[in-house]
Amino acid sequence: MNISVEEVKKEIETHLPNVKLRLVRDSILIENPEDLPQVALFLKESPRFLLDYLSSVTGADYLTFLESVYHLYSMAQKRGPVTLRVRVTKNNAKVPSLVPVYRSAELQEREAYDTFGIIYEGHPDPRRLFMWEEFQGYPLRKDYAQEDTEVLEIADIAWLETRGIEVPVEMKEKAKTLHAAGQRAVAQKPEKPRP
Amino acid sequence: MAFTKNTSSVDESLRTELAKKGVLWTSLDFLYNWGRRSSIWPMQFGLACCAFEMIAAACARYDIARFGAELFRASPRQADLMIISGTVTKKMAPQVVRLYNQMPEPKYVLTMGACAISGGPFVDGYNVLRGIERYIPVDVHLPGCPPRPEALLHGLMELQKKIASQEILKAEWYKKGLKREFPIPELGPNGLIPKFNPEVWQPAKKNPRREHYGQTILVGKKLKAPDFELAVTAKPIAPRAAA
Amino acid sequence: MTNIVEIKNTDLAQTLEINFGPQHPSTHGVFRMTVQLEGEKICGLRPIFGYLHRNHEQIAENLPYAAIMPYTDRLDYVNALSNNFGYALTIEKLAGIEVPERAEYIRVIMAELARVVNHIAVIGFMLNDLGAFFTPLLYAFRERERILNLFEEITGSRLMNNYFRVGGVKRDLTGENLAGIQKIVSRFPAFLEEFEALLTKNEILCMRCQNIGVLSAKTATNAGITGPVLRASGVNYDIRKVDGYSVYNRFDFKIPLGEKGDVYDRFYVRILEIRESLKILDQALSTIPPGEIMNKKSLPMLKMPRNFKPPVGEAYGRVESPKGELGFYVVSDGTPQPWRYHVRAPSLINLTVLEEMCLGQKIADAIIILGSIDIVLGETDR
Repeated sequence: MNISVEEVKKEIETHLPNVKLRLVRDSILIENPEDLPQVALFLKESPRFLLDYLSSVTGADYLTFLESVYHLYSMAQKRGPVTLRVRVTKNNAKVPSLVPVYRSAELQEREAYDTFGIIYEGHPDPRRLFMWEEFQGYPLRKDYAQEDTEVLEIADIAWLETRGIEVPVEMKEKAKTLHAAGQRAVAQKPEKPRP
Repeated sequence: MAFTKNTSSVDESLRTELAKKGVLWTSLDFLYNWGRRSSIWPMQFGLACCAFEMIAAACARYDIARFGAELFRASPRQADLMIISGTVTKKMAPQVVRLYNQMPEPKYVLTMGACAISGGPFVDGYNVLRGIERYIPVDVHLPGCPPRPEALLHGLMELQKKIASQEILKAEWYKKGLKREFPIPELGPNGLIPKFNPEVWQPAKKNPRREHYGQTILVGKKLKAPDFELAVTAKPIAPRAAA
Repeated sequence: MTNIVEIKNTDLAQTLEINFGPQHPSTHGVFRMTVQLEGEKICGLRPIFGYLHRNHEQIAENLPYAAIMPYTDRLDYVNALSNNFGYALTIEKLAGIEVPERAEYIRVIMAELARVVNHIAVIGFMLNDLGAFFTPLLYAFRERERILNLFEEITGSRLMNNYFRVGGVKRDLTGENLAGIQKIVSRFPAFLEEFEALLTKNEILCMRCQNIGVLSAKTATNAGITGPVLRASGVNYDIRKVDGYSVYNRFDFKIPLGEKGDVYDRFYVRILEIRESLKILDQALSTIPPGEIMNKKSLPMLKMPRNFKPPVGEAYGRVESPKGELGFYVVSDGTPQPWRYHVRAPSLINLTVLEEMCLGQKIADAIIILGSIDIVLGETDR
C-alpha cells in the first residue's frame, strides 16, 4: 500500500502554492526549510493522506550540506511511506522543529542535534541526548576528530598531579610537546576506509 | 592457574585422617578463606548484553546459588564482588569507579565479556572506554561475547581459587594507610579526564592494532558524497503473492 | 543508586528530587531518570540517556554490509534475530535482492520464536518489578532456556545469533530442528496456562496494574509509539499485517488489542501475542516448502564481502520487532561501505510518553510503568 510521490507533490502544490518542492528519487525535497512545519501539518490533516505517524527523523552529512530526513506513515489508512527532506549548510544549520506537529520528533531531533549539530528551532528541550553537556563537537560528522585514548594531555596530567598520582616522565614530556604545538591528541584515521 | 595454593602448615593427609574420625584440624587461613570464597555476594551490575548471561547463570539451569553467590545485592555497600558485564562507556565510567569506591573491603572485580576487558567489538567508538581496567584493578578477566553462563561459573571458580590463596597476615585490607579508593574520572570536552590512571594501567609499548593495521582506530573517511539525482534506481522487488 | 539531590521549597509544597541512577535493581540496563516527588506523588520526570551509547552508527559507516550483521545482534540483545531480520530486509530493498521461499519461511519461524522469547522474558521482569522477587522470572527463564537451546543447535550461539544473511539465512533447518521446534510449540500452551492461572486474575496484580499509567490512543499515535504499547491502547497497527513483509500475508493470525491502555493491558496483550505467535509457528512448520536457502546472486557477496556494492540510493526498511517498529535507514554511495546508517529504535521513541504516563502516580508505579513499556538499553542508546 504505497503512496505515489508525484501524487503527494501535486496535492501539496495545489494547496500550498508558496512552497517550492523538488523530487529526489522517491522523496520530496523542500527547498526552503522554513516551509517544513506547514507541509507536515497539511499532510497530517489532509483527508486524502492522513499521515498521522512520524516514524523516523534522521540527520545525514553530505560534506557540502547537512540533511534532515523524515519518514511519514499513515496509521489510519495503513499506507506509506512518504519521505521528506530538508537541506542546510554546516554554517547555518537551522531547521524548524516538528515537535508541535508530531510529538515523536522530540527525542529524535535531540539525537540529530547531538550527532550532527542541526539546530531545531522551537524544540521544547534543545539539549544533547546521548553525550554529556560539556562535550564539544558533533561526532557523526565526517570531519570529526576523535581523541587518542593512549596519550595523556596537559589537562589529564594536571588533574592527576593535584590528586597525588605519579605520572611517568615520558608521558609528561609527550603532553608538553603536544601542548606547545597547540594540538590535541587526535586518533589517526586511515586515508580511506578498509578496502 | 598462576595462584599459589594456600599451603598451610597442616598436613593434608593427616587432616583427612582426622576428619574421618570426626575431628577437624585446620589453620585459621583455610577456615577464613573457605568462609569468604563460599559466600561471595555479587553486586547486580548488568550493563549490556552480558547481563543476560549473568541472569541466566543465576536462574535454575546454570545455578549460581550452589556456589553461594545467589544473593545479588543491589547496593554496593553490601556486596563483595562486582561483575562488570557489558560495555563500559565513557559516560558510565565515573559511576563504575564511584561504585567500586563504595564497596567495602575485601572486594573483587570480575570483568565479564570482551567489552569490559578491552572495549570489545565497539573499540573504535568515540564513547566507548577501552576496558575498565584503566581505572580500577581487576581480578579475573572473562573473555567471550557473551561468555556462556558456564564460563561465568568457571570465572567464579577461578576467583575462588584466588581467594583461597590469600593469607590473613599479608592481607591488604588490614594494612594501615591503605589506599583502595580510586579517583573518579570526570567528563571533559572530548572524553574522560584523565584518559587512564597510570598507577593502575599503562598502555603497552607496542600497540597491536597499530602494528597490524597501521593505525589505532579504524574509522576511515570518505571523500566523495553520493549524488542521488544522477544515478539509476534499483528495481523494486515485487511483494510476494499470498499463496 | 538513589541519592537525594536537592529539596526545593515551593509555595505549595516541598518537592524532593530523586535520582534513579544508572545502576538500579530493576534490570532494564543503565537507564537513568530524575524524578521530582511531592510526598509520594510524582510531579516531574526526566529521563537521561547515553550510558550505553556504543557508536553503532559510526562503526557501521566503516564496515562492509555483510559485516554489520553481527553488530545488529547487539542492538536489542534480548532477541537478536528480529534485528537481523530488519537489517537483511533493508539491504535487500536497497539492492533489489530476492529471497528464496524456504528462507522466508525459516525467517518467519525464527522471528516468531524470538518474539516468544522476548515476551516471556519481559513478563518475567515485569513481575520482578512488581515485587514477586525472582520466582516468575525463574519459570519464564526455564522456558526461555529451552528455546535458547534450540537457537544454539540451529545458529550456533545462544544469544547473539547472527543467523540471517542478505539474501537468505546462513544454514538450513534439518528435520531434527523442525521436530524440536514442533515439540516446543506443543508444550508451550501448557506453560502459558500455568502462568495465566497464577497471574491473570491475581488480586495483587490487578490492584497494582489496572488503571495505572494510562495512555490514550491519540497521544500514542502522535508520539510515534508502536508495538504492544500501542496495541494495548486500542490502535490496530501491526507492521506484519500492514506491510505484509516476507511471507506474513500467508498466515492467519489475529492482532490482540487492549481497551484502556494501562499496565495490565500491556501485560495481557503480550500474553495473547505469544499465543498468536504459536499459531503462526504451527502454520509455518506444516507448510514450509523445500528449496534453497540463499539467493545465488548474493552468494558471491558472502565469499568476498568487499565486492558487494549496492547501487547509489537509500532505503528505509522496517519490521515488527517485539518492542515496536524497528526501522533501518541506509544510504549507499556505491562503495562497499554505507554512507549513512541509522536505526530507528522503538525503545527510544516509546520513552517519549514516560513522563506523561507517570505524572500523578506513586513512585512505586513508575517502576512498573517503565517495565511495561519494555525498553532495552542497547537499542535506546545504540
